[in-house]
Amino acid sequence: MNHSQAADKFNKDFDRTSWHDETLWWVRQKRDRAAFAIPEWEDLRNTASQIKHNVLSNLDTYLMEFEKNAKANGVTVHWAADAHEHNEIVLSILREQGIQQIVKSKSMLTEECHLNPFLAENGVEVIDTDLGERIVQLADEPPSHIVMPCIHWKKEEIGVLFHKHLGTPEGCADPSTLTLAAREHLREKFLTRRVALTGVNFAVAETGEFVVCTNEGNADMGTHLADVHIACMGIEKIVPKRKHLGVFLRLLARSATGQPITTYSSHFAKPREGQQMHIILVDNGRSRQLGREEFRNSLKCIRCGACMNTCPVYRRSGGHSYHNAVAGPIGSILAPNLDMTKNADLPFASTLCGSCSNVCPVKINIHEQLYSWRQVLTKSGHSPTAKTIGMKAMAAVLSSPSVYRFSGKIGRLTLSNTPFVVNNSLNPWYKQREMPEPPKESFGEWYKKNRK
Amino acid sequence: MKVGLFIPCYVDQFYPKVGIATLQLLERFGCEVGYPANQTCCGQPMANSGYEHLTHDCNRLFVQNFADFDYIVGPSGSCVLHIKEHLHTEGEEEAKATHIRQRVYELTEFLTDVLKVENLSAHFPYRVGLHQSCHGQRGLHLSQMSELVAPAFSKPEKLLRMVDGIELVELTRRDECCGFGGTFCVAEEAVSARMGVDRIDDHVKNGTQVLTGGDMSCLMHLEGIIRRRELPIKVMHIAEILTAN
Repeated sequence: MNHSQAADKFNKDFDRTSWHDETLWWVRQKRDRAAFAIPEWEDLRNTASQIKHNVLSNLDTYLMEFEKNAKANGVTVHWAADAHEHNEIVLSILREQGIQQIVKSKSMLTEECHLNPFLAENGVEVIDTDLGERIVQLADEPPSHIVMPCIHWKKEEIGVLFHKHLGTPEGCADPSTLTLAAREHLREKFLTRRVALTGVNFAVAETGEFVVCTNEGNADMGTHLADVHIACMGIEKIVPKRKHLGVFLRLLARSATGQPITTYSSHFAKPREGQQMHIILVDNGRSRQLGREEFRNSLKCIRCGACMNTCPVYRRSGGHSYHNAVAGPIGSILAPNLDMTKNADLPFASTLCGSCSNVCPVKINIHEQLYSWRQVLTKSGHSPTAKTIGMKAMAAVLSSPSVYRFSGKIGRLTLSNTPFVVNNSLNPWYKQREMPEPPKESFGEWYKKNRK
Repeated sequence: MKVGLFIPCYVDQFYPKVGIATLQLLERFGCEVGYPANQTCCGQPMANSGYEHLTHDCNRLFVQNFADFDYIVGPSGSCVLHIKEHLHTEGEEEAKATHIRQRVYELTEFLTDVLKVENLSAHFPYRVGLHQSCHGQRGLHLSQMSELVAPAFSKPEKLLRMVDGIELVELTRRDECCGFGGTFCVAEEAVSARMGVDRIDDHVKNGTQVLTGGDMSCLMHLEGIIRRRELPIKVMHIAEILTAN
């Protein structure tokens, strides 16, 4: 199902679409309040964007520096060229330990790499410990949002899910009761699993440390109780110096949820005594994207999700309609790099309104990149033949003033005299909208009569 | 001052009265207006659909039509933005294309920034809701964007406030996209229509009698929904209100 078809299905439920839109708009408003409380907000965005610019221009150097410092801290550093290598590295670490059960805090990278199904096929049980992620995991669904994975679920539905899986009372939709049940359920997993996997929000080249941001403390709970900590990060997560965190941590949570800062911003520098710490640096198409000049800046993304919350299309089509680990506007410019054929529809799932670029804390020109991807995809043959034929016909008409005037007249006459030719179910415009009422004469015709 | 009147194709064909109002406004403020009869389209429908490479002939035509004017003015932020960002031709003609890109203006910004209009003799005693079209707002910066921590301003609103008797409606979401989006309106029909429905609902709830804006394309989409739903809202281009008496 492409985005348009999935969105059509999503919109069949009018009230639920309203609810989804309002829920995410409420987050956008929280973001606005947080941003407007910082007079230097736009300077912060500029600074963050420039730091990331520097990072992307010197990525190799910073990665080597990070590796050197992390190793000196006693961390084992792995390099993965793609998702498959990443998954194999995780599995090999688990096999070495003879481990079949792990806890995982939120990591969109492991979603991108489809780690969970890979580990399941290899007999490893993964428990997602972020509450939202645990909910979608129990429901056997992917997250629909990178920061709020189960934002498309209502609390009553979570009550039904928890009743089935966690034994909460039937019909209970009380958030406190449900979270308490999840807490008890997860507590047992934290205490018994010996390997904890986390994502990485920022990795500091100068110190070899990395930062994991959560609101629930689940990354800390998992790693503090585990013998082995595996941290998976995309290679673009590097910042040069620790002081740069002062810029990014101020922007991240404000942009994401409107909080001044995430409840936990945990720094991991070295394994405690007796513990193993692994970092897997994953490329998976990032070098390729770095080489695409028009799309390079997409790698500045810090995964705050602000572009999703503000996107009028995302709010009215839901995260799953993007059929990619990262949904919304940013997902639509990242996904074609991963697979042009599979994701050729995504850059078209936008009106190019530009709100995404305005909320982006690192100033990625998202809507301009959507436009550019459209050109790239079309030129590389990822456009439907019927569309190409239609566009060529349109270009031919509009390139000739006389053909254009003639076609315009025919079109208006058709609308006036035989409206059923246009006003029918084959015309998607007409499904929910009237066609414009055709005037007797065009402006050009009026002008000829009245001004010359 | 020689001003080339750029009337987008769909305005030419479906909304001649918008073209007429635009022409009247420019003439009223002393512009020497020329309308090149051989103009067709800016090429945006192809370009936004991923076929910018098919717009060469449209570009060449646009340059032929408009290269000799001091300014090029059109009643559509979206079409003007497209010209500003994407009008290019090959060889010697590129200098002319550059001249046009630098001299093309959307109607309301031309009135406020170039003609520096401070007074209008217009009278329009209705509750008017302004739809901020995205390409005009976020592309041409005709008004401040709600996402940015920056001082408020609005060129179209400034002009509307000069109209006698007008009452401007405050919207709940003052600059959300209407969902038109060019070919998006048919390619993503469900979301497009839903976005339009929600925009109109905001106007209905806040008491809009006349819905206006600087982009007839967005208004055509919204008007299509309003007429289908038989809602008591009239849709007019801002040029029609600025010339109302």
